[in-house]
Amino acid sequence: MSEQREQRVLDALEQGRRRQPKFTAPRIDMSHGAGGKATHKLIEGLLLPVLDNPALAPLSDAAFIPFGNSRLALTTDSFVVRPLVFPGGSIGELAVNGTVNDLAVSGATPIGLSAALIVEEGLETETLVHEVEAMAAAAERAGVAIATGDTKVVERGKGDGLYVITSGAGIADPELNLSSASVKPGDKILCSGTLGDHGAAILIARGDLELEADVRSDTRPLTPLVGALKPAAGPGLRFMRDPTRGGVGTVLNELARDSGYGVALWEERLPIRDVVNGACEILGIDPLYVANEGKLLAVVAAELADRALEALRGVDGGEEAEIVGEVREEPARMVIMYTRFGGTRMIDMLVGDPLPRIC
Amino acid sequence: MKYVDEFRNAEIARAVAAEISSVTDPDRHYKLMEVCGGHTHTIYRHGIKDLLPDQIELVHGPGCPVCVLPMGRVDEGIEIAERPEVIFTCFGDMMRVPGSKGNLLEVKAVGADIRMVYSPLDALRIARENPDREVVFYAIGFETTAPSTALTLQRAKKEGLGNFSVFCNHVTIVPPVRALLDSPDLRLDGFIGPGHVSTVIGCRPYEFMPKDYGKPVVVAGFEPLDILQSVLMLMRQIGEGRCEVENQYGRVVLWEGNLQALKSMAEVFELRPYFEWRGLGFIAQSALKLSPAYADFDAELRYSTPGVRVADPKACQCGEVLKGVLKPHECRVFGTACTPDHPLGALMVSSEGACAAYYNFGRKSFEKVEIGSKK
Repeated sequence: MSEQREQRVLDALEQGRRRQPKFTAPRIDMSHGAGGKATHKLIEGLLLPVLDNPALAPLSDAAFIPFGNSRLALTTDSFVVRPLVFPGGSIGELAVNGTVNDLAVSGATPIGLSAALIVEEGLETETLVHEVEAMAAAAERAGVAIATGDTKVVERGKGDGLYVITSGAGIADPELNLSSASVKPGDKILCSGTLGDHGAAILIARGDLELEADVRSDTRPLTPLVGALKPAAGPGLRFMRDPTRGGVGTVLNELARDSGYGVALWEERLPIRDVVNGACEILGIDPLYVANEGKLLAVVAAELADRALEALRGVDGGEEAEIVGEVREEPARMVIMYTRFGGTRMIDMLVGDPLPRIC
Repeated sequence: MKYVDEFRNAEIARAVAAEISSVTDPDRHYKLMEVCGGHTHTIYRHGIKDLLPDQIELVHGPGCPVCVLPMGRVDEGIEIAERPEVIFTCFGDMMRVPGSKGNLLEVKAVGADIRMVYSPLDALRIARENPDREVVFYAIGFETTAPSTALTLQRAKKEGLGNFSVFCNHVTIVPPVRALLDSPDLRLDGFIGPGHVSTVIGCRPYEFMPKDYGKPVVVAGFEPLDILQSVLMLMRQIGEGRCEVENQYGRVVLWEGNLQALKSMAEVFELRPYFEWRGLGFIAQSALKLSPAYADFDAELRYSTPGVRVADPKACQCGEVLKGVLKPHECRVFGTACTPDHPLGALMVSSEGACAAYYNFGRKSFEKVEIGSKK
C-alpha cells in the first residue's frame, strides 16, 4: 500500500521532469548564467519555445544545417571572464579556443570564425592589443582565420573592460554520427586530462579569497585531440563534449538524461591535480562542477576504448587522459560515482553557482 | 603535507567497516542520527552508507544552519538589503535560501548592493572602506561561526565603526536536539555529535543525552574515516550496553571546548527566549541575539525589524521526517508545494537534505546502489 503510494509520487515527479520546463522567474539572476539547473530552465523554458526550429532543438554545442551535400556546423559563444588575464591564458585566447572547441567536439572541421569586441570606455589600448594578438595566435594554432568581426564601445562602468563574442562555422565529418542517441550501455567514457583547472585558476586569480596556489587555466584547442581520437575510435566514437561551464557533472547529467541510460564514474580514475583538489576543498566546491576550457569528454565503444585512450595520450594536452566511467542500463537517466572511499554517490546537476559552503 | 588523504584511506575504511559488521546484531535495526549538515555532506560525498551493514541506518539531522532559517528571517534580511544606503554582506550559502517572496540573489538582480563574503571580518573591512554607507552582516551558523561574529563585533566596537551592524541569526545546537529527544515518537539509537560546534562548546553540553535520555553520543570529525570510526564507537557502546559521550575528534575537540571563544560569545551574545526553525517551529532558547552592550551594532534594533513571522506552511512535516516517523514522500507537501525550487521545509533547501535528495534521486537516495560491477 505504502509502496504503491511511493511509486505514484515518484511517477509524478518523473512526469514533471519530462515535461518541458516553464520559466517562471520574474527576473534574471546570476544563477541563470551558472550553467546548472537554472540555466537549463532559461534555455529550455524560455529560449527554445520561442526560437523553436529543428537545428536548434538538439541543443548541442554546435548546430548542423544541411548545405549542399554536406552539413554546415554553426556555433557561438560569449566571453565575460574577469580578470581579463589569468594564469594560463586570457580572454582573447579563451574566446577563440572556446568556439573552435565547440566545433571540434561536434565533429566538425572549423572553416572560419567571427569575433565581436565590446570594449569599455577607458580600456588601455595596450590591453586590447594584447587580447587581439592572443586571438590571432589562438586562431593560427587552431588553423582557422578570424574572417569577420565587429567592435562596439560602451560607457565606462557598463562593461568589465572587454567582452568577446566569437562565432564559428565548420564542415561536419560525414562519417561521424555523434549524438547522445548513439550512446549504448557498455560504452566507455574518456576524459582527456585533469579536471577543474580553468575554473580553479580563475577563482584564485580573482583574489577575493586571499588564496595562493599555482593553478593555470587549461585553455587550448581540442582539434589535435579530436584529430587523434577519430581514426583510433572510428565508428566507435559516439559522443563528444567539452565540459566547460557546469563541468563534467553537468555534461554527464545531460548525457544521462538525453540518452535515457545511466552513467557510472570511478572517482579514483578522475584526473584532478592535488592543488585543484585542495583549492576546491577549501572553497567547499566540487571539482566535478568546475569549468574546463581544454578538456574533452568522449564516449567510445568498449572494444575501441583502449585504442582511443592511447591515441589521446599520444597528443599534446592528452597525456593524462583516462577512462573515467561507462554507460549503463541502470540507474536510468542518473549519474553515479564509485567513490575512492569504497561507496557510491549520486552526481546531480549543478544547482545555482558553485558557491563556497560555510559548513 | 596531505593532511586529508590519510583520513580517506579505502583500505582502513574496509577494515573499520568489517569491525562495524562484527559488532552489529543481525536481528536488530539501528538508527543513528548525524546532527550536523557537514557530516551529511561527508556521508553523501563518499558514499559511506554503502560501507555499513544493512541493519544500520544513518538519519540525517536538521541540516545546515541556512536550511533551518525560517522565511521570516530571510524576508527581514531582504528588507534590510533593499535599503539604498545599505551594503548587505552574507555568506554565499545564504544567497539562494528562499524567503516568502524570493531570495537574496533575486533582490541583488533588482539592484540591491549585496556582497558575498567569506568571513565577517571581510564585512568589517567593507565598512571601513565605505564610511558613507551602512554595512550589515547577515550572521548565520551554530556555535561554529558565532565566535568569529563575536570577535568581529568586539573589533568593530573597539574601532568605533558606527556604520557596521549585524543581523544575528546564530542558533545553538543543544535545544533542537533536546526537542527531538523529547518527542515521544523518536526512533533513534544514538547520535553522531557535531565536530565543529564541539571545538567551541566542548563535549560537556551533550552529557544530558546519555544521562537523561539514554542515548549514546560520539562527537565526530568530518573526514569519511572519522564518520566510520564514530559509527563503530556508537555500535560498541550499544553492543556493550554502555551509554556515554565519547570524543572521536580528539585531534581538534577539547572536552571543555574553547574557553576563549566561549568568553567572547558570552560578552557579545545572549540567548533569545525562543526562535523559529524552518519546518520545526519554535524552540525555546535555541538562538542568540546581541547583548545590551552591543545593542548599537544590532541591525534588528537599527532597522527596527518587525520580527515578522511568515505563516508556517501548516502542511510541512519536516519534524516527522527528521524523527524518522515519515519518509519524505509521505509528507503532505512533498513534490507539490515543496520542491527544491520552492522549498517550504529545511530538508528541501540544501541538495543534501533528505527530501531534496529523495526528490532528485528517488529510492536511490537511500538505497544502496548495487548495479553492475564496481570495476
